[in-house]
Amino acid sequence: MAKVSLRVVALTYLLFLLVLPVGVICWRTFENGVGPVWDSLTTPSALHAFQVTFQVAIPSVICNTIFGVGVAILLVRHRFFGRRVLDALVDLPIAVSPVVVGLALILVYGKFAPIGGWLSQHGIDVIFSIPGMVLATIFVSLPLVVRAVAPVLEEIGIEQEQAAWTLGATSWATFRRITIPAIRWALAYGMVLSLARSLGEYGAVAVVSGRLVDQTQTMTLFVEERFQNFDQQSAYAAAFALAVIAVVTLLLINLLRPEEGTR
Amino acid sequence: MIRVSNVSKNFGSFAALTDVSVEIPTGSLTALLGPSGGGKSTLLRIIAGLETPDSGSIEIAGADSTKMSPQRRNVGFVFQHYAAFKHMSVADNVAFGLKIRKRPKAEIKQRVSDLLELVHLEQFAHRYPAQLSGGQRQRMALARALAVEPSVLLLDEPFGALDAQVRKELRAWLRRLHDEVHVTTVFVTHDQEEAMEVADSIVVMAEGQVKQVGTPDELYEKPASDFVMSFLGPVTTLRGRLVRPHDLVLTAEATDGAVPAIVERVVRLGFEVRVDATVDGEPIWAQVTRYRAQLLNLKRGDTVYIRVLEHEVATVG
Repeated sequence: MAKVSLRVVALTYLLFLLVLPVGVICWRTFENGVGPVWDSLTTPSALHAFQVTFQVAIPSVICNTIFGVGVAILLVRHRFFGRRVLDALVDLPIAVSPVVVGLALILVYGKFAPIGGWLSQHGIDVIFSIPGMVLATIFVSLPLVVRAVAPVLEEIGIEQEQAAWTLGATSWATFRRITIPAIRWALAYGMVLSLARSLGEYGAVAVVSGRLVDQTQTMTLFVEERFQNFDQQSAYAAAFALAVIAVVTLLLINLLRPEEGTR
Repeated sequence: MIRVSNVSKNFGSFAALTDVSVEIPTGSLTALLGPSGGGKSTLLRIIAGLETPDSGSIEIAGADSTKMSPQRRNVGFVFQHYAAFKHMSVADNVAFGLKIRKRPKAEIKQRVSDLLELVHLEQFAHRYPAQLSGGQRQRMALARALAVEPSVLLLDEPFGALDAQVRKELRAWLRRLHDEVHVTTVFVTHDQEEAMEVADSIVVMAEGQVKQVGTPDELYEKPASDFVMSFLGPVTTLRGRLVRPHDLVLTAEATDGAVPAIVERVVRLGFEVRVDATVDGEPIWAQVTRYRAQLLNLKRGDTVYIRVLEHEVATVG
């Protein structure tokens, strides 16, 4: 009996929180058939928003992958002064509100701040353009690769690497042939999570992008802007597209996950 | 030849090695024997270049390698827990060092198949380490280390993670392998039986120092200290003197130099009989043959006379 009622509670909870809102979006999206959905997703603004989203997400994932593997190795393999501080700092983006992140970036990289002003004089605009949005996205998705890779690095230990050294492999060859293959599934998992987070980011990007339509508008910003302008068809369609991307990435994660640990 | 000169190593406030000097002759099979925490693994890792000594020097095959990276030392290293490359097949594991050295493909293929034959894993070439037993993984690790024709083969508790039966088999097998390959080999163990059975020469280490170096016979018969004597085999005390229980002679009548003892317990261990007794209230035990025990008809409470068999006796000195 207890088992059944627990299931009912869990399912009801998920129904109201997840299934109902997503279901309504799907229903509203396709209320008038597939035609209008396709039309609203292929308007120049929507296509541009897709493009901007990926222009921001892909560099972010690349940076987070490189940084994430580096920091994970540093945290797991090395003992140094300030290691625990670094360890704590990596999780900071989860605790800090994305809006705060955005504001902080403006304070540092805005045109009237020292660093931002200097960069602006040299022709690099960070705020209200792609570089700032990439920075904001990197910030919010920073811990994901580190936290996926570090426990696996810990688990595989250092002996395989040491064995490779004694066999004559340089540090780089050891990294490429031993370390990377050993962490590959965890790394892929972290990258997929990072990609999903980057595509869906709203708050920090909203602040630093300036929400310039057809310039710095990502998919999430597009959804919001269309919704505010009573173009609900476009808003629903774009929201649906984002949801589909999220589901696909989640499926990817679940396909990757069982591979961990085998072999 | 490996020459270790005045090597010291500290981990924080713990002195792992203190002024250790030892020479390991070319082509020998040497055991570093001692209790855990005695510094033997640290010494082995320093020889391999996986740790750097705080002071002192290491010479391998005539070249000073104190500051050389592990990559350039040309040593083979075998880890207790195999350190198998889990994402590579057995053949790829063995080929790793050769591929790093960019040897021709045909040569690599030939050498890998020769080595797999040597370690009896030819039919497992395409398996992954996870599909092998512990003993097979360790043989693979050995083939991998031997592939690059190291000038020195170093094994860190190579059989420590294996069960007793496999351990015994691999010991005998390592001995035979060494007779075939002749590479200078050093292995770490805390098991005196393993060291005695496999090695030509044994370096006894404890508390970060070399306690004695010698052949198994020398160490057993002429231990340099009570520590070495008690580490290498069973000991008991007769009036404050450390002796081997099988060097004690039991007689029914008092003889020259014999001391009276009261039998506490007689335990039959197959061919041997263990006699627990007390001398002046102090416990002692002797190991005698079953025949001898029957002759004396030993029972609890009997008085026997114990003396030390004075020729060929192991004494500290």
